Amino acid sequence: MSRIHLIWRKSLNAVMLTLTGVCAFAIVSILFLILGYLIYNGGKSLNWDFFTKLPKPVGETGGGMANAILGSLKLLLLAALMGLPVGLMAGVYLAEFGGKTFSFVIRYTTDLLNGVPSIVIGIFAYSLAVLPVKHFSTVAGGFALGIMVIPITVRATEEFLHAVPGNLREGAMALGASKWRTIATVVLPAASGGILTGMLLSLARVAGETAPLLFTAFSNRFWSPGWNQPIASLPVMIYTYAIAPYDDWHRQAWAAGLVLLGLVLLANLGCRAVLHRRGFSRSV
Amino acid sequence: MSTTATTMDRAAPRHVGGPRSFVERLRDGDEIAHVITLIFASVILLITSMLVYELWVNSHLSRAQFGWHFFWTQTWDPIFDHFGAAPFIYGTLVTSIVSLIIAVPLGLAAAVFLAELAPRNLSDSIAFLIDLLAAVPSVIYGLLGIFIVVPVMRTTIGPILINTIGNVPIVGKFFKGPNYGVGFLTASIVLAIMIVPFIISVSREVLLTVPREQREAALAMGATRWESTWKVVIPWARTGIMGSIFLALARALGETMAVTMVIGNDPKIRESLFAPGYTIAAVIANEFTEATGDLYLSALIELGLVLFLMTFILNGLARILIVATERGGGHP
Amino acid sequence: METTPAVPHKEATVRFSISGLNFYYGAKQAVFDLNLKIPANRVTALIGPSGCGKSTFLRTLNRMNDTIRHSRAQGEILLDGQDILSMDVVKLRRRVGMVFQRPNPFPKSIYDNVAYGLRINGYKGRLDDLVEHSLRRAALWEEVKDYLQKSAFALSGGQQQRLCIARALAVDPEVLLLDEPCSALDPVTTAKIEELMFHLKDSCTMAIVTHNMQQAARASDFTAFMLDGKLIEHSETSKLFTTPKDPRTEAYITGRFG
Repeated sequence: MSRIHLIWRKSLNAVMLTLTGVCAFAIVSILFLILGYLIYNGGKSLNWDFFTKLPKPVGETGGGMANAILGSLKLLLLAALMGLPVGLMAGVYLAEFGGKTFSFVIRYTTDLLNGVPSIVIGIFAYSLAVLPVKHFSTVAGGFALGIMVIPITVRATEEFLHAVPGNLREGAMALGASKWRTIATVVLPAASGGILTGMLLSLARVAGETAPLLFTAFSNRFWSPGWNQPIASLPVMIYTYAIAPYDDWHRQAWAAGLVLLGLVLLANLGCRAVLHRRGFSRSV
Repeated sequence: MSTTATTMDRAAPRHVGGPRSFVERLRDGDEIAHVITLIFASVILLITSMLVYELWVNSHLSRAQFGWHFFWTQTWDPIFDHFGAAPFIYGTLVTSIVSLIIAVPLGLAAAVFLAELAPRNLSDSIAFLIDLLAAVPSVIYGLLGIFIVVPVMRTTIGPILINTIGNVPIVGKFFKGPNYGVGFLTASIVLAIMIVPFIISVSREVLLTVPREQREAALAMGATRWESTWKVVIPWARTGIMGSIFLALARALGETMAVTMVIGNDPKIRESLFAPGYTIAAVIANEFTEATGDLYLSALIELGLVLFLMTFILNGLARILIVATERGGGHP
Repeated sequence: METTPAVPHKEATVRFSISGLNFYYGAKQAVFDLNLKIPANRVTALIGPSGCGKSTFLRTLNRMNDTIRHSRAQGEILLDGQDILSMDVVKLRRRVGMVFQRPNPFPKSIYDNVAYGLRINGYKGRLDDLVEHSLRRAALWEEVKDYLQKSAFALSGGQQQRLCIARALAVDPEVLLLDEPCSALDPVTTAKIEELMFHLKDSCTMAIVTHNMQQAARASDFTAFMLDGKLIEHSETSKLFTTPKDPRTEAYITGRFG
């Protein structure tokens, strides 16, 4: 009895352990599957027109997404201008100045904000930036994305400031540097590599966001001069084209998907590689 | 600047520890820096409070009109201004739970492989690649969902499931009915792929913190690797793993684009997993810009409020669970 | 290695005069009723077993302990007659510099490290000359003069520590406090640093905490022995090591404990 039981246990062991490995590799292969499909379907649709031309009228084939590419860049710029300084300064506060209770409140709220679904952030941006002026705008979209940039930036800033060794600060203070001087001239520069990486990661994340733009920046089939008009963006274009009934639009959606994923993955690859090399915990 | 020496009373305590005098700090800019960074930190508080406030205020019309009935009314009728949240809550819960059913075993298995079996280098590399998977935008998953998962569901997976599980008693009734490719099951599958990296990432970290002695004690008693993992290591880490599941659930609830592209967008409660449905996030995404009338918009915003509360509670629970593991390890 | 011929306590000018110093970390007392006069332009060594309070005491002299919450000092510490406990701490630290146990150069170039103290104090003159002067005083100039723009981290441990000394010297402090500066360094570098301390004496008063009794015997003019937060004995180095007055001092220096 016990010998059969032992064989059973050993077989179960082998089977289960193999299964875990199968699962792990299966999941990793999904990543490559995604990339493969996008490269295949998107690659054959990518051409010079895609990057330089405006979308053609509905029903006509051809055209490109030049306005969406520029639109995404403009939105990212706004998000960076609005969100990064807030995240950086709040991170400095938490790491350097914060009192115990208030810091806890700020950290908790930042985590809360991080967990809010992006569509809800879109609703919030809508009520603040669209409803009062009764039209969609680039600014509203930038605002929504800017909010989403804050939590990641705060966490990166705080983590990397904490990692600066205490004796570096002591060295500066022993020379007569006041607290803010120490932070500005020694601590922040020492942490700058990690902080910039964190900022780039946060921008890479919002670059792919669609939901918060649906009723803030909305979309636009033309160029969007200035900051007060609706604006096209890569993710929204992908969505619009993918659910439409035109094959040509599907083709362009694949191309746009390849471009978007390529940029997002490149940014992530670069940033996370840098962070891993420095040995820092991932902010999931 | 110099004060002539006065011999201080030796017994008088001089408080040296802590901050310099206020005037000194002000002159050197420390106080200003403190205030400036404090203001920016408070901006976060301001934004979050305003978010909750706006959700609450802008959903007022709908809340006043429908009250608690909102939660179990099944009709969603923009023409007659009769709105109920039930189909969306149903859809959100069904897709999220089914996606968990798919993702948790897969993710946990992969996490076990990465934490227990794989050599450190391989484990780190694979974990890195899985992090990249988490960075793929939702709309890309939706794109692949529409053009790959939906056709496969319609032509291959659907028929297989209908013919196999569909005939099993009790569970079978979920796997019957017409199959167009879009629907609850398709959305759940796509969701599962999207949330599995989070389960793996957090579970792997949690498993790695289980002390070596625990494993070694089990192995020393003659347990197999699998037995030691299943019976000792995982139970030790179960609070943290629960936390990772809550986290993944919170993400699944809020996922918008991928879901709305493959779920069929039909506000009905149906038994069959192959039927088209709707989730809270999806209906907001689809109908927000088309909402004519204040009540319509208000109802959508009330849905947003519901979604916010669901994710808020789940994320809070998740954090508590994960922090609890980090502190105390597994205990009953 | 020569030391300056010992000058009797009473005749040397006193740089630091400490009376009745009690120091607390929260509720825990670390220094008990310490009375000490640190003579100007001499090297005073602080020795004693781990945890005797010598580093704590050293750090009160430039109020580095201020950064620790709930710490407080009671008593009187006079620098050239001025009470440092009521002085602006930033100004105090320009007069009393510190070199730490592990070298802590800033992630900047060698030049910018030395110039840091000068820049933050608003020095407007010719930085190049002062940087060179400080590096010479720290016996590092010849080794780095062609590489001033290189990162400080490119230097070896011993060179980094001498860079930190140069950085501290750049603001021309009256006193230099050294907290076990050689404990992370090899004997050759240690000898170099001891030698530069000898040459610095003319312009600078030094107090050095050290675990290494041979170093105290070699490099200092006066030595103070501490035990459990109290000052047990303080006299000229040669006297303390050959004819210690207190049996506890004798026990320590002959290696019976610590």
